[in-house]
Amino acid sequence: MANIITDETIEYVGILAKLELSGEEKEAAKKDMGRMLDYIDKLGELDTTGVEPMSHVFPVQNVFREDEATNGDESEKTLQNAPEEKDNMFVVPKTFE
Amino acid sequence: MAKEYETVIGLEVHVELATKTKIFCGCSTAFGGRPNSHTCPVCTGMPGSLPVLNKKVLEYAVAVGLATNCDITRYCKFDRKNYFYPDNPQNYQISQLYLPICRNGYVEIETEGTAGETSGETTRTKRIGIHEIHMEEDAGKLIHDEWEDCTLVDYNRSGVPLIEIVSEPDMRSAEEVIAYLEKLRLIIQYLGASDCKLQEGSMRADVNLSVREVGAKEFGTRTEMKNLNSFRAIARAIEGEKNRQIDLLEEGKPVVQETRRWDDAKEMSYAMRSKEDAQDYRYFPDPDLVPVSISEEFLEEIRSRQPEFRTEKKKRYKAEFDIPDYDIEIITGSKHMADIFEAAVELGAQPKKVSNWLMGETLRLLKEKELDPEDIRFSPNHLAKLIALTDSKAINSTVAKEVFEVMFAEDIDPEQYVEEKGLKTVNDEGALRKTVEEVIAANPQSVEDYHNGKEKAIGFLVGQTMKAMKGKADPASVNKMLKELL
Amino acid sequence: MEKTELLALSAVELGRAIRNGETTAVEAMEAVLAQVDRTESQYNCYVTLDREDALKRAAEVQKKIETGELTGPLAGVPVAIKDNMCTEGMLTTCSSKILHNFVPTFSSEAVLNLEKAGAVVIGKTNMDEFAMGSTTETSAYGVTRNPRNPEHVPGGSSGGSAAAVAAEECYFALGSDTGGSIRQPASYCGVVGMKPTYGTVSRYGLIAYGSSLDQIGPLTKTVEDCAVVLETIASHDTKDSTSLNREDTDFSSALKKDVQGMRIGIPRDYFGEGLDAEVKDAVLAAADLLKANGAIVEEFDLSLVEYAIPTYYTIAAAEASSNLERFDGIKYGYRAEDAQGLHQMYKKTRSQGFGPEVKRRIMLGSFVLSSGYYDAYYLKALRVKAMIKKAFDQAFEKYDCILGPVSPTTAPKLGESLSDPIKMYLGDIYTISVNLAGLPGISVPCGTDSKGLPIGLQLIGDCFGEKKLIQTAYTFEQLRKEGK
Repeated sequence: MANIITDETIEYVGILAKLELSGEEKEAAKKDMGRMLDYIDKLGELDTTGVEPMSHVFPVQNVFREDEATNGDESEKTLQNAPEEKDNMFVVPKTFE
Repeated sequence: MAKEYETVIGLEVHVELATKTKIFCGCSTAFGGRPNSHTCPVCTGMPGSLPVLNKKVLEYAVAVGLATNCDITRYCKFDRKNYFYPDNPQNYQISQLYLPICRNGYVEIETEGTAGETSGETTRTKRIGIHEIHMEEDAGKLIHDEWEDCTLVDYNRSGVPLIEIVSEPDMRSAEEVIAYLEKLRLIIQYLGASDCKLQEGSMRADVNLSVREVGAKEFGTRTEMKNLNSFRAIARAIEGEKNRQIDLLEEGKPVVQETRRWDDAKEMSYAMRSKEDAQDYRYFPDPDLVPVSISEEFLEEIRSRQPEFRTEKKKRYKAEFDIPDYDIEIITGSKHMADIFEAAVELGAQPKKVSNWLMGETLRLLKEKELDPEDIRFSPNHLAKLIALTDSKAINSTVAKEVFEVMFAEDIDPEQYVEEKGLKTVNDEGALRKTVEEVIAANPQSVEDYHNGKEKAIGFLVGQTMKAMKGKADPASVNKMLKELL
Repeated sequence: MEKTELLALSAVELGRAIRNGETTAVEAMEAVLAQVDRTESQYNCYVTLDREDALKRAAEVQKKIETGELTGPLAGVPVAIKDNMCTEGMLTTCSSKILHNFVPTFSSEAVLNLEKAGAVVIGKTNMDEFAMGSTTETSAYGVTRNPRNPEHVPGGSSGGSAAAVAAEECYFALGSDTGGSIRQPASYCGVVGMKPTYGTVSRYGLIAYGSSLDQIGPLTKTVEDCAVVLETIASHDTKDSTSLNREDTDFSSALKKDVQGMRIGIPRDYFGEGLDAEVKDAVLAAADLLKANGAIVEEFDLSLVEYAIPTYYTIAAAEASSNLERFDGIKYGYRAEDAQGLHQMYKKTRSQGFGPEVKRRIMLGSFVLSSGYYDAYYLKALRVKAMIKKAFDQAFEKYDCILGPVSPTTAPKLGESLSDPIKMYLGDIYTISVNLAGLPGISVPCGTDSKGLPIGLQLIGDCFGEKKLIQTAYTFEQLRKEGK
């Protein structure tokens, strides 16, 4: 199934994951991902019919918190590591056209 | 001959829930406050932070589900919806895709009888299917900074709980869409689950719309429209999008499945998609949250707490209170107004009088100030006191209206206010007689007119007396005194 | 006490010496810092060290010990923390450029639990970037060398923690284990390392790699230290929805030298192709020793072993691709300077900020979750995970613990592993399924190979079976010490 990894796939996954690979990195990624997927295809050997996908290993359920405010104004902490800050807000390149 | 088209509409309605705190952390959901003052590591996506579900969110979601005839999913989970955008601090939104909390519900709306309907009645009931309701977190706010041509991010709204109500594509016109939204709004307001204000964004609707030739079996390609923040905008956007799609089809061009942003000022929509936006959300179960399992007891508890909804309330009002159907319609059209009405009646005010204040001055002032009934700030206690003051003739109706305006704006205590401002009707007969005598002496012409049979002249004299007494007299007593002295 | 003598103590021994007034928390910290001065330039165990602050906190703790406020076994004991656990006010990088300047505003629950008990944090240890790797060579802050032989890797991803314990640059350390990241470096460095049952130690403050697999655990000099540290860091944390409310966390009560009647299963599937002969012999010798002392040891077929790695890499990569989306240059950490517009900023920041192995796993994870592949890859892996869990459940109907190697080989030489990812991933074959099934596992030194490199013995327990593991591991450790 490794042949599913084309240049377009790498391009597409790059858009999803917000990664920009150099030409060299792209070639390596294509090769690595192809090999990894070949390897993962091994799972196809197993008949999993009727097996429920298991996300959590333990049947822990219903973990809630009460609707009570526990936090005060923590904006200083929130912004402490901001690469760029203005008026108590994070600065990002403009998102509006 | 021109083809005839039918519009097919489904809605995705987001409602901000009225919890005190956010869905996954203990930050306040209150509006206002300086930017990022209601934030913590969880709702700003700090590394190492983890979410824990607010129980109240689940209760509200189930309550809305029950009120909209949904099946409640007994074992539900949260999923991550992955996409990069600065208002989304983790770059994934915690939502529900695979096992949403509610499914397969419906609400009934009243619509005008439409063409093709055989029913002779002017209104009919139509069922709008609800595909699902899921719980999710809201995003932060992006503010454009004109000066530096950049965007600023405030995460105060990030993590505010939402439910998204996804309808079936059962609506065929803007009227049906608005009737459906009104219905949802009332149900949710009655539950106290949200104030559902479109303008403020606590209720938001995305419209999925397609057109097809009348009689066609397959749906056309749909588009999704966002940024609709009033009923008017929704109606206009539906009209605009319908026409845009019909034009495309008439020209033999395909409709592209895409998300479009409605610009209400320009009455146009724009495609939002860019090549950096693959719309592949890679949903998967959130490993940081555990499944929710809903027991029969939990459901029973929510069921037992369900309020009296509008239909039952209308019936009860009709049976209990001697007020016109029209008044009932308006009062029950807002949970908040119905609450005020019932509380004031409970405090001893006569239902008809309470209704009159609501239908008259309240609606007038709401309209004048462009407010919703949900914005009414005066307490039922103060309204009951005001009614008692007029009942006992302690103030006259003109003064009452003045006091009401102040009460409407600031929720003052009318008793205290009347006392402080000295607005009580003067019941001192000597003082009244003296003023009336002075008015008669000062207006010989009117006196003469009155004696000559001009009944209207007495009205003028009553007005002059009221004016001289700065309004603090009972007009009926003035009238009586005048007639006596003339 | 002499400094060399002091350094040779275990964490529990040091704690006792401090309480008895034979030494102080400050002296212990000074001894460790002196050792750091001697050896750190060679091993590079730490990403961040704060000498002044560590000494200041040691002095504060010493006062509390003297006033009787702190009485626990770890009071005054210097500890090193893997750099993927948040420490308030102390740089936390995950050994990545993308967090080169990140100073958390809160501490992880596990670290808070240690601090409450009086342990004193020295600094943050080096690791594979975002815990993705098995050699500590993918760190953006240089490789860590194995103190047993500096030509070799210390293992990973908690390589800095294991090396710091082995080099006596701390008395014990915390690591995190997603697919073997505590047990494997413990094995390579000749120390004890334990991954507890999923949910035993709060993940709050642990910067996530694979959330459903990650678990914090101790790296220590002895099994006794391991039990004491684990019982200190275990807690039911309401901030972590996956945290369990356990009442059986008095792990030190299991420090009994007794394996009489302990049922130990050896999976034949763990001793097949790819296992180094010297490792195999050492592990089987350990099994014989336990058997000779009363354990019931038998071989069995665990099954599905070869499917654990592809299952693990699918799930871990998928979760990682989502967990690492938050590193975008907006709220914290590295941000590319030269970007035009938002999407360029995202792409440049992430492409420059993450190293090749992290990018590789993010790409794989994004792909297996993407439209059209989710069912075939991700859901398939979750189904196989269920089957693997069931295979363990069946095994634990018969056995108290499962015994096997930690890793197929001893520590490889620096630079030998990274070229072939599949080969590197295969090294995790014996540790990975423990994470998939949420089980506890411990690595205890059981010998050395002909080059003098340590070999680790792995014991795997049923969920909540830590006490049996600790008892078996402790017994083995004591028997070995006695030269039996």
